[in-house]
Amino acid sequence: MAFEVTMPQMGADMTEGTLVKWIKQVGDHVERGDVLAEIETDKATVELEAYEAGELIKIVVEEGDVAPVGEVIALIGEASEETPDIERKPAAETPPRRHVESAETPPPHEEDLQRPLSEAPRVPAEEPAAAAPKEAPAATSTPPGDAAREGRIRISPVARRIATERGVDITQIRGSGPDGRILRRDVEQAAESAPQQPTPQPVPAAAPAAPRPKPAETGAGLSRMRQAIARRMTTSKQTQPHYYLTLDIDMTDALAFRKQLNEAADDERRVSINDLIVKACAVALERHPKFNAEFADESLKMHERINICIGVALDEGLIAPAIMDCGSKTLGRIAKDAKDVIERAKGGRLRADDYSEGTFTITNLGAYGVEALIGIINPPQAAILGVGSVMARPAVVDGQVTVRQLMKVALSADHRVTDGAEGARFIKEIQGLLENPASLAL
Amino acid sequence: MTEMRMRDALREALREELIRDDRVFLLGEDIGAYGGSYSVTKGLLEEFGEARVRDTPIAESGIVGVGVGAAMAGMRPMVELMTINFSFLAFDQIVNNAAKLHYMSNGQITIPIVIRMASGGGSQLGATHSHSLEGLYAHFPGLKVVCPSSPADGKGLLKQAFRDDNPVIFIEHTANYGLKGEVPEQEDFLIEFGKASILREGRDVTLIGYSGSVHQAVRAADLLAEQEEIDAEVIDLRTLRPLDMDTVIESVKKTNRAVVVEDDWRFGGFAGEIASQIMEKAFDWLDAPVARVCSKDVPMPYNRNLEFAALPSEEDVVEAVLAML
Repeated sequence: MAFEVTMPQMGADMTEGTLVKWIKQVGDHVERGDVLAEIETDKATVELEAYEAGELIKIVVEEGDVAPVGEVIALIGEASEETPDIERKPAAETPPRRHVESAETPPPHEEDLQRPLSEAPRVPAEEPAAAAPKEAPAATSTPPGDAAREGRIRISPVARRIATERGVDITQIRGSGPDGRILRRDVEQAAESAPQQPTPQPVPAAAPAAPRPKPAETGAGLSRMRQAIARRMTTSKQTQPHYYLTLDIDMTDALAFRKQLNEAADDERRVSINDLIVKACAVALERHPKFNAEFADESLKMHERINICIGVALDEGLIAPAIMDCGSKTLGRIAKDAKDVIERAKGGRLRADDYSEGTFTITNLGAYGVEALIGIINPPQAAILGVGSVMARPAVVDGQVTVRQLMKVALSADHRVTDGAEGARFIKEIQGLLENPASLAL
Repeated sequence: MTEMRMRDALREALREELIRDDRVFLLGEDIGAYGGSYSVTKGLLEEFGEARVRDTPIAESGIVGVGVGAAMAGMRPMVELMTINFSFLAFDQIVNNAAKLHYMSNGQITIPIVIRMASGGGSQLGATHSHSLEGLYAHFPGLKVVCPSSPADGKGLLKQAFRDDNPVIFIEHTANYGLKGEVPEQEDFLIEFGKASILREGRDVTLIGYSGSVHQAVRAADLLAEQEEIDAEVIDLRTLRPLDMDTVIESVKKTNRAVVVEDDWRFGGFAGEIASQIMEKAFDWLDAPVARVCSKDVPMPYNRNLEFAALPSEEDVVEAVLAML
């Protein structure tokens, strides 16, 4: 059977992507992990890898076209395989993801079930299903139509898994288990007696689908990145009540420490001021895990990994890829990974997880000479640290006015997750770490 | 192989351990002159003398406390509590001292004590003397819980218990003491903890039991094969801590169905732990919710018919299996 290649979801807020270029062509053999195509998302151009090996037997979405997340964009199958009949829907009728995969998931909404029979290739309830199981107890087994009308198909986990694996349409199976539950044996029989074509269900006429503009008209002159920044920043300010705390960090010792480190380090591991801040934040986040969390309606989702995003300014906008697992990385490793991710961001070669799995963000305009930067939280994260320039300024040390290298930082934090006193402890922790930088080498 | 009863197999294990290691000694009510309430220690006083086989007053907390103290001081005591029902009186010693001292002393202290107790109902001993508390003890980190179902397992696991540096709660079902079975004759026969045994292979449903309930499961498998042509696999957990879920999960992936059988109450019991772990580790292999066949949710009745009605039976197991097919 053919495997469907679908528009991937790269990042929680991605709803559609543009097929920039097909790297593989129809007839090409592909191995798992081969790059099939380049997809442009809101934030970057990413490479789409094959999850199955075989021959690329059909391309559904052409270069330059936009497809919603989950839509079939190509098929991979056997060389000899007859190409399944799958055509691109006109854009205005493109079904949302759940319809494409309706062979695997029960239709969740009542209106989906009320579509006209002429459009639904469903076996009429009174007619025995093609794969009627042996000894199906008539008294307890429910025809598929009835089960579906309850809003949920009763099917055991193992039966559902096998149906998905073998492409069996569970709406066509009469369950032989207790209360009409579809069991493993029912799916296996159905798979043997009627091999299924991976043909997507027709689009229900009733399903509302907003007309989607053609790519050429996208956002009237706004780049996709600009649109994404606009949407995300608006979401942040509208849904995340921010509070702000600022303080000065005396970076005199940290600069000396950095100089000492870099005298010994190779180019790859040369440590920047921002690397020191990343490391300090990683240590502080371990001690204050609520700043490494996200607000999820009635609860807090605490992240186990500390993935710190760093803002990277690009010509066309801004992107904040993450340095993964900062909690367990040394300063040298963070420096190396930061260089790598910044280089890839500038070259447009970020992977989806580079920017979708961040848990905290640092935005640093120190290089631009600004005194202070008060950031907007990068949703759905709980906080962002804005960093200004390190400036030689008068400071009071031991009662004496003296010149020190000061850096103003601002914590913007989601008040639904933490309160000001917690924020104060967190930012003081960062300050303490940077003012005693030797601890960052541990 | 030699055929022997559970009580004789257990006695052999104790005797061999008393000979092998002179730090081993036995403490308990009526274990010496009387030979033990279930005749497990019969003849050991005569053979090993009063220093190593000590009759104690009726004071469970005191007996276990002496055992814990002796274990701290380097001995390897076995305490017999006559029945599991009396272990309530020693609960603090078991749960707060035996189970936790190793942890709380940062590993400076070990408590290599074996606490034996008879468990289970079915003997018309009434509500207070018919408990099955294997799952209760398995709840506490720091304890190992062993519950053999056959003479061979009884011997191999009891000898293993003496080799373990942790407190081992060794629970013997009263209905199993007279059970006959083949016991290997090999020298120093040991069975590793945390290895379930598959008593019968099958492909349609996995029946999981331990101690007494294993026998209901085996009889139910026989009935299912004879009457329904259903091929049941039977797993004897043998130890609840450590727990061999790998064997259970492997079996469930084959059969897609599981029934846990135990003498304990269903509510908050160990069967729920097994069912949860199956759900967590093999959800996508399940064809039906995991079923539990346990005691009825009442204190054990004294009346013989009511007592049997309250305990899980092989018919209950068959019924549970048929309900999920």
